[in-house]
Amino acid sequence: MQAFTILNGLVVPLDRANVDTDAIIPKQFLKSIKRTGYGPFLFDEWRYEDVGQPEMDCTHRPIRKDFVLNQARYQGAKIMLARENFGCGSSREHAPWAILDYGISCVIAPSFADIFHNNCFKNGILPVILTDDEMDVLFTETIATEGYKITVDLESQTVTTPSGQRFTFEVDDFRKHCLLNGLDDIGVSLQASDNIRAYEKERKQSAPWLF
Amino acid sequence: MAKTLFEKVWQQHVVKANDDGSVLLYIDRQLVHEVTSPQAFEGLRIAGRKPWRSNASVATPDHNVPTTGLEHGITDAVARTQVEALDANCEEFGITEFKMGDIRQGIVHVVGPEQGLVLPGMTVVCGDSHTSTHGALAAIATGIGTSEVEHVLATQTLIQKKPKVMRINVDGDLPETITGKDVALYIIGQIGTAGGTGFAIEFAGSAIRALSMEGRMTLCNMTIEAGARFGMIAVDDVTLDYVKGRPSAPTGEIWTQAVAAWRELHSDADAIFDKEIHLKAADIVPQVTWGTSPEMVVPITGSTPSLMDAKDDVQHEGWSRAFAYMGLKENTPMAEIAIDKVFIGSCTNARIEDFRAAAAIAKGHKVASNVKLAMVVPGSGLVKAQAESEGLDVIFKEAGFEWREPGCSMCLAMNADRLEAKERCASTSNRNFEGRQGAGGRTHLVSPAMAAAAAIKGHFVDVRGWK
Ligand code: SF4
Repeated sequence: MQAFTILNGLVVPLDRANVDTDAIIPKQFLKSIKRTGYGPFLFDEWRYEDVGQPEMDCTHRPIRKDFVLNQARYQGAKIMLARENFGCGSSREHAPWAILDYGISCVIAPSFADIFHNNCFKNGILPVILTDDEMDVLFTETIATEGYKITVDLESQTVTTPSGQRFTFEVDDFRKHCLLNGLDDIGVSLQASDNIRAYEKERKQSAPWLF
Repeated sequence: MAKTLFEKVWQQHVVKANDDGSVLLYIDRQLVHEVTSPQAFEGLRIAGRKPWRSNASVATPDHNVPTTGLEHGITDAVARTQVEALDANCEEFGITEFKMGDIRQGIVHVVGPEQGLVLPGMTVVCGDSHTSTHGALAAIATGIGTSEVEHVLATQTLIQKKPKVMRINVDGDLPETITGKDVALYIIGQIGTAGGTGFAIEFAGSAIRALSMEGRMTLCNMTIEAGARFGMIAVDDVTLDYVKGRPSAPTGEIWTQAVAAWRELHSDADAIFDKEIHLKAADIVPQVTWGTSPEMVVPITGSTPSLMDAKDDVQHEGWSRAFAYMGLKENTPMAEIAIDKVFIGSCTNARIEDFRAAAAIAKGHKVASNVKLAMVVPGSGLVKAQAESEGLDVIFKEAGFEWREPGCSMCLAMNADRLEAKERCASTSNRNFEGRQGAGGRTHLVSPAMAAAAAIKGHFVDVRGWK
């Protein structure tokens, strides 16, 4: 997993509440056998006039010009602003896969749905929770200023705007440790490799039929 | 200190305790199928990881495989891609796979125990919620998500928090013709689909002891429908007789050693449970679900409920919606409900005993003319072969049932076997959710004997006293 330390990047404002995982990545893409390649289909229904299908070439699809992700000034965004309860609905892990594949590795919102929030950490995305007032500041400034970039610093748990305004956020210690070091759950468990080997050695003696 | 069965097996698998109360739990066996594994294998590849112990995992395709016309291969492109991906991944990572066409192929939860790949006291996982099935062998067995499938492949462990433990005792003798399926549906009707949430359930009592291994698997299979991720039954002679001689079961010296250890796999006499429930076997009548949740279940002698009897607004709303979806009215006697299709199969009821029970009902009868399709889908190639050696396929075919190839089939309608909108089905599977067996399809869960009887009569009927 890619480590997350400090991210300075272009911000895209998605001004909607209760964005569900079916909107993030529609169900037809769940038939795919991959965990990459979902980026072009992120928010498929909102981004395109037609209905996307797995593996299709998106370069010539008719786009919905008014959707934020399609506006020229937001191309290359790494940070997304959203409203409350982002990522609700089905538990599909394809949602964070799609966001990451698109190039966004930090989502800032006043609240997140539980499973999605958890799935973000498992996949190297930092979900940041700020207050409604702080969100309003970010939304207003992002929309007002072309090329608006902010800095998200996981170590100090801060979000800093270009004018130097600084907001702090909470993050679980264990999750923070994993993200900072690029450790997914597997990486963390593998740190206990010696324990696992010792356990197996003992069990091979006491319960050989298991091996 | 006195321990429950669950605690005994749990403690034997703790590799390391974490600060937050979770543990790193060692996993003895992972069962793999084509739908929930591809991204896990891709994750390994992206991270450059290898399976920790590739011989701990075993794979077989089941969810998507066609149950007819196998000579044409898989015609559905998505299904074919998933099955081919499974073949390629197993090849690349050195995992044993029972491929399509192998007599050992079938539904993971039928194949695992059948091959002796699941043994008493093991921890077993699979990317499928009905993994609870394997608790019938006194295993800690549970369904997991795709990230966790990858986690187990890479580390042979899982990070888990210990659930609470509940014991459900079914005391007394089960009346004749009452099966594991009726017991499962009855329990869910009593405790509700959230009754087991947060718990591992141990099933105990004389009625459970009297169940065959197949019946116990059916019961544990449906634990997840009661909200519990784990169902378990202690080891006894029935368990040992079932395991003995299976292809992957231990033999000789090691068998003797294993049996000595397995004999300990029961709750100690004075073990304390977080919750305990007592039910009477004599109260159980053949069960039929009427609605869109397994807890919407009544005895065949009963009727759909009256909305007036709903215990609160939420239930009233749920029942109204279920009536509308199922195309049923309040207070309708179950025995008056006519059906369009019959499905005998799934990891709940596609084992040899299930087919014997269904064939005993079907023998010498014909499927009713209003029934458009009655299909029997074996849980594995070996179940199919066994049934054929006993002539059960002939009984089914003569009665007008279709005899299919093994797979999940119409349990979840991922392949071509499905209900059309408004079609009503007597099904031996485990979920009657809206759209489960096809968009708009109406599912009634029953035992194999009840499904066969419904096929013959064209409507639900009490199998007690069947001639
Ligand atoms: S038979 Fe049904 S419940 Fe069982 S594994 Fe297959 S799809 Fe899942």
